[in-house]
Amino acid sequence: MIFNFIKRIHRKSPATLADLQVGERAVLGELEMEPATAEHLMNLGLIPGVEVMVAHSGPGGDPRIYRVEGTELALRGELSRCITVEPQSAAAD
Amino acid sequence: MSSPCHTGPGVLPAELEATTRTVALVGPPNSGKTTLFNRLTGLRQKVGNFPGVTVEHHTGVVRGENGKEAAVIDLPGIYSLVPVSEDERVTVDVLEGRMDGIKRPDAVVVVTDATNLSHHLVLAARIISIGLPTLIVLNMADELKKQGGSVDVLSLARQLGTPVVLASAATGDGVPAILNFLTAQTHSSASVELPVLKDAKGYRDWAVRVGNKASYRKPATPVWTQRLDRIFLHRIWGPVIFAVTVLLVFQVTFTVGQGLSALLQQGLQLGGKNLGRMLPDGMFQSFLIDGIWNGVGSVLVFLPQILILFLVIGILEDSGYLARAAVIADQTMSRVGLNGKSFIPLLSAYACAVPAIMATRTIPSKRDRIATILIAPFMTCSARLPVYTMFIAAFIPAKPLLGPFFGARAAAMLSLYVLGFLMAVFTARILKSTILKSDAVHFVMEMPPYRWPTASSLGLRLLDRSKVFMVRAGTIILAVAIVLWVLTNFPMEGGKRPAIENSYVASIGHAIEPAIRPMGFDWKIGVGLVSSIAAREGIIATLGTLYGIDPEEHAMDLQAALHRELSFAGAVALLLFFAFAMQCASTIAVVRRETNSWKWPALQFGYMTAVAYVSALVAYTLLK
Repeated sequence: MIFNFIKRIHRKSPATLADLQVGERAVLGELEMEPATAEHLMNLGLIPGVEVMVAHSGPGGDPRIYRVEGTELALRGELSRCITVEPQSAAAD
Repeated sequence: MSSPCHTGPGVLPAELEATTRTVALVGPPNSGKTTLFNRLTGLRQKVGNFPGVTVEHHTGVVRGENGKEAAVIDLPGIYSLVPVSEDERVTVDVLEGRMDGIKRPDAVVVVTDATNLSHHLVLAARIISIGLPTLIVLNMADELKKQGGSVDVLSLARQLGTPVVLASAATGDGVPAILNFLTAQTHSSASVELPVLKDAKGYRDWAVRVGNKASYRKPATPVWTQRLDRIFLHRIWGPVIFAVTVLLVFQVTFTVGQGLSALLQQGLQLGGKNLGRMLPDGMFQSFLIDGIWNGVGSVLVFLPQILILFLVIGILEDSGYLARAAVIADQTMSRVGLNGKSFIPLLSAYACAVPAIMATRTIPSKRDRIATILIAPFMTCSARLPVYTMFIAAFIPAKPLLGPFFGARAAAMLSLYVLGFLMAVFTARILKSTILKSDAVHFVMEMPPYRWPTASSLGLRLLDRSKVFMVRAGTIILAVAIVLWVLTNFPMEGGKRPAIENSYVASIGHAIEPAIRPMGFDWKIGVGLVSSIAAREGIIATLGTLYGIDPEEHAMDLQAALHRELSFAGAVALLLFFAFAMQCASTIAVVRRETNSWKWPALQFGYMTAVAYVSALVAYTLLK
């Protein structure tokens, strides 16, 4: 039960992509990983400052599919945990 | 190309190469680049919905309205000019003129998806900066319009300093304009200095600005893709649909395919009989009918089943479903140390290991790539299908098991497929925890939108496969049939064909009999095994010839003859042997080429043969 409590706190200010629920939107923050991987992800469309949405979850909850602009990408938790997000309201555009 | 499982349009004639301009077709995966290539050149090529399905670069010739010709190279899809996998490296190397054997293209056509413009403009800008004359194609114009999007092409062209064409490879709109560019006499270089920006963020912001200035109106996200994903990736329904899909593939292949095969067989037999009647009795008639016609024919009858398998896999791939299947499979794959990316080549290995092994070029990690190459031949390829079909039909009764659509034969077939898959998984686990151990590699995959597979693309693909199969039947299988006929008809006894026991083929069979006896095989099956080292389906042609020649069994069809020669335990042992052994010269050759060493194919051949032998031995001992 204590874990539920922690989870709820996270939901209020999600720290990483992995903390978002399916259907939730946020703005991409930093890609905290080795530069080559980060560069590859950015070329695929995961660019800081861009809105991201959790479109679907794989059957076991991992990997999940994220939508950035017109592109949908499947990412495992191990990678989405390294990508920070800001709540959507912070990025009024 | 040397591999029989994969054909391409081939290389250009030398005289063309010297004088014709070459234009490279580049773009991100799923932008419809290959569809455009097919429409322009009319040459065959695989069209897929997977990121990175085009592992080879293919070349074709186009002729413009002015009568001028140009060579077009279709390059593997890229996301940027920094390659992350080997097929992407090919594209970047060709564009920068660093590819041996291929001259630097005179111009570039960048194929982008008009429904995802700001993302693809970034790639376009980077390619324009290389400095070659460039045409930007905004493909999928029909989808853009249908989903309520629009763009000012002229404004875009002004801002980029290159010509821009709004086109649809699917409908053919805008294709004449592309043809004009391809065959134009001269090209002016880009007239605008594009900004050189240091990071992806900068490029993206620039692309959005360019799009806004060209009054780009983004189309609505296709609802169908979301709706379908809600079903296909559902926690419970996703895996269920996946399993049902796989089952249906096998059932359709087995029932519909078998009906068509039976028809073809009747036709071939009738043809053989009539042809035999037209020829005078004797050596030549026997060579032509018993040797070549029956030998090659016994393999040809499986063409319908193989084509149906490729058709179904093609539909799944072109529709975009296979990418979802990779997501579903990723968790399972991660347990053996691989990821969903390896699942893509492994799935196509169900059709043929050769294109599957070439498709591993999209796997970024070298160790994962080698592991995938090593386990791919365990997947039940279409060459095993005739062998399985033949032995299952001969030894398993056609009883309904789970309703009318799933019978005992389909169950036997499915279990062989599952066995191959489990052995692959087991082997991957061993490899990934020993010699190919590596850090976890990130799984990142683009999900293409669902699209209707087009009849023309599926048709081209089947035509391609038929050609490959016919070439195989006309070369490897034909050679096996001829060699076998000679071995069964010599040494002559008093100017006549010897009794089968006295022929050369019997000597070979008897020589290896001690090694195969423990698996329940007699010398005839032994000859079949020897002849299947080059290609698995060779055993059918061989047994056809062997039993066809045996006077006692002459009148019986092959299945009945098999039933007499082999016990049930022996049949199970044989099926297991074929499930695990690496009897395919083309696969060995392609592994050698892709790993650039003999070490891996040698290890693979030894390991697979050992697994095959031991499991056949165990099965026979337990069942007899």
